[in-house]
Amino acid sequence: MDNGSGSCLKCVELTKVYGMGRTKTLAVDHVSLEIHNKEIVSIVGESGSGKTTLAKLLLGLTEPTEGEIYFLGKKRDISTHKKRLEYWKNIQAIFQDPYSSFNIFRKIDDVLLDCINMRDGKNTPREEKIRMMSEACSFVNMKFEELTNKYPFELSGGQMQRLMIARVFLLKPKILIADEPTSMIDACSRATILDMLLKLNAEEGTTLIFITHDIGLAYYLSQTVYIMKKGRIVESGTAEEVILHPKEAYTKRLISDVPKIREEWDLSTVVYSTE
Amino acid sequence: MPKVLLDVNELSTKYVTRFHEDVYAVDRVSLKVEEGKSLGIAGESGCGKSTLALSMMGYYFPPLHYVSGDICLDGKNITKMDPDVIRRKILGTEISYIPQSAMNALNPTQKILNFIQDVIWAHNPKATKEEILNLAKERFKLLGLPESVLYKYPVELSGGMKQRTVIAVSVILGPKVLIADEPSSALDVTSQKMVIKMLVDLMQSGFIKAMVFITHELPLLYNVVDDIMVMYAGQIVEKGTADEVVLDPLHPYSRGLMGSLIVPEEGMREQKLIAIPGAPPNLKDPPSGCRFAARCKYVIPQCTKIHTIDMQELGNGRAYRCIFY
Ligand SMILES: Nc1ncnc2c1ncn2[C@@H]1O[C@H](COP(=O)(O)OP(=O)(O)O)[C@@H](O)[C@H]1O
Ligand SMILES: Nc1ncnc2c1ncn2[C@@H]1O[C@H](COP(=O)(O)OP(=O)(O)O)[C@@H](O)[C@H]1O
Ligand SMILES: [Mg+2]
Ligand SMILES: [Mg+2]
Repeated sequence: MDNGSGSCLKCVELTKVYGMGRTKTLAVDHVSLEIHNKEIVSIVGESGSGKTTLAKLLLGLTEPTEGEIYFLGKKRDISTHKKRLEYWKNIQAIFQDPYSSFNIFRKIDDVLLDCINMRDGKNTPREEKIRMMSEACSFVNMKFEELTNKYPFELSGGQMQRLMIARVFLLKPKILIADEPTSMIDACSRATILDMLLKLNAEEGTTLIFITHDIGLAYYLSQTVYIMKKGRIVESGTAEEVILHPKEAYTKRLISDVPKIREEWDLSTVVYSTE
Repeated sequence: MPKVLLDVNELSTKYVTRFHEDVYAVDRVSLKVEEGKSLGIAGESGCGKSTLALSMMGYYFPPLHYVSGDICLDGKNITKMDPDVIRRKILGTEISYIPQSAMNALNPTQKILNFIQDVIWAHNPKATKEEILNLAKERFKLLGLPESVLYKYPVELSGGMKQRTVIAVSVILGPKVLIADEPSSALDVTSQKMVIKMLVDLMQSGFIKAMVFITHELPLLYNVVDDIMVMYAGQIVEKGTADEVVLDPLHPYSRGLMGSLIVPEEGMREQKLIAIPGAPPNLKDPPSGCRFAARCKYVIPQCTKIHTIDMQELGNGRAYRCIFY
């Protein structure tokens, strides 16, 4: 039984190598972590540290070179198309570029309708479907009536990400992986998106894996933080532990790199990289 | 009296679209940037920041059109200058603009050195390859960029390095004023800080004499520029020093922006963010009166009854556009 604290998703020595020979990249390097039901976890690291690759491994979008993934305490099996579709009912993702995740030729109401049909659409009457879609839109503070007959490109980046969250609301997966969902949208809409993710967790019990290069967002949002550097987890703990009392120099740098208001943002310590 | 390098007075511009639905993207904007100073422009996407940047350089190529107002660059009125002349004689040498997506617009089949040659030859066709190479080497060294970058293709460079290269090239003809449009928004925090340090160094070493920095990231602006203007739906709604605007915002919109900042500082987790509800108006048909009224929690009937709301000047460059406060 799901008692709220059981193991939701776990990986052991997860490794991903891209390419071969001289062009080999060790993108994820023996990562082990355990995420509990209803937990909010952040994975923080600089660009190229392997965050997106880790997300793809957890989502089953790419094969690990080594290592195991456990879902709800059992070894994950996505060896057949049917099993994979079953797994994807439990785990969903939102990516950095919301426009890339949508079929631009499908109207927004159809996008939402697909979500309902994917669950148990066959037995749901039409009025009930409309009610569910309206409910999903109001969950993200949008009006269903304003979205009907529109195409994704008619929405702003912030509205698109909210639509993605409305999709997740309808699909009701156990886990949501949000990979830099706010880095391509306005700082002004960022708070709105983060608060909607928090609401998804609080009201729907969605386990949230939040991926970012901005440790400030991780601090605001999450209970547990994993710091990723060159494919490895180099530090982890509660958000307070890791961000208020960081141990690794790398973590300290990630914190000091975020511009602040009340604390000094020291430019004199910046070392120009040569790559 | 400090010299004013960029002096924009009541400038209005618009986009003329095919279906005669004009977009009034810049509405009566006034600003001054003195020698040695940097100005930040903040505001959510679509409020007209990039259009303002083009407009204040006199860069009026269709669909962008001049409507009214004046622009003085280093004492010279450039308002009525032919945009083609501006492109040849002013851009790059007097004022330089780094567009929002510049680093992704580099020609992928061209090495950085060839890109620099093109930039210099467009301005001075007589420059020799050797002169250009020497200048490029000298500049790259000065700005902390490895010389090897000159011989690389854009794909071989990281995002941060590409952006630093773009900045180095944008100032290679020695402009007085640099306008940087969201130069770090696509980068991770570490590369962002390098890009910012480079811009700050350019200012501090006197390499450029003034800077306009455009971004929607307020904590970043706060740490980089002297003065800040907040833009909303084509208009300036507040201006002042960085301290004044960030620590003591007057306009309800600016206050809303400050209320939704996320920084890794103790106490942030306990803070309730207050996101501004709703969306900005369509600039094809902006509402009369206060353009923020529909989203403002302090709104009173006069806000939309008065046809135009003027800036309330408080002296020393501090001003805001609100009748309630
Ligand atoms: N499909 C791919 N093929 C080859 N290398 C890749 C691929 N995707 C990512 N990489 C490399 O793997 C490393 C980690 O990338 P990524 O997981 O995207 O990191 P992040 O999301 O933290 O920026 C980088 O060095 C990147 O260049
Ligand atoms: N080429 C164009 N034609 C018509 N409208 C445009 C064009 N470019 C921008 N706009 C409109 O002008 C307004 C301001 O855009 P922009 O200056 O790009 O804002 P920002 O840089 O603040 O995001 C927006 O409403 C945008 O849709
Ligand atoms: Mg990534
Ligand atoms: Mg812009």
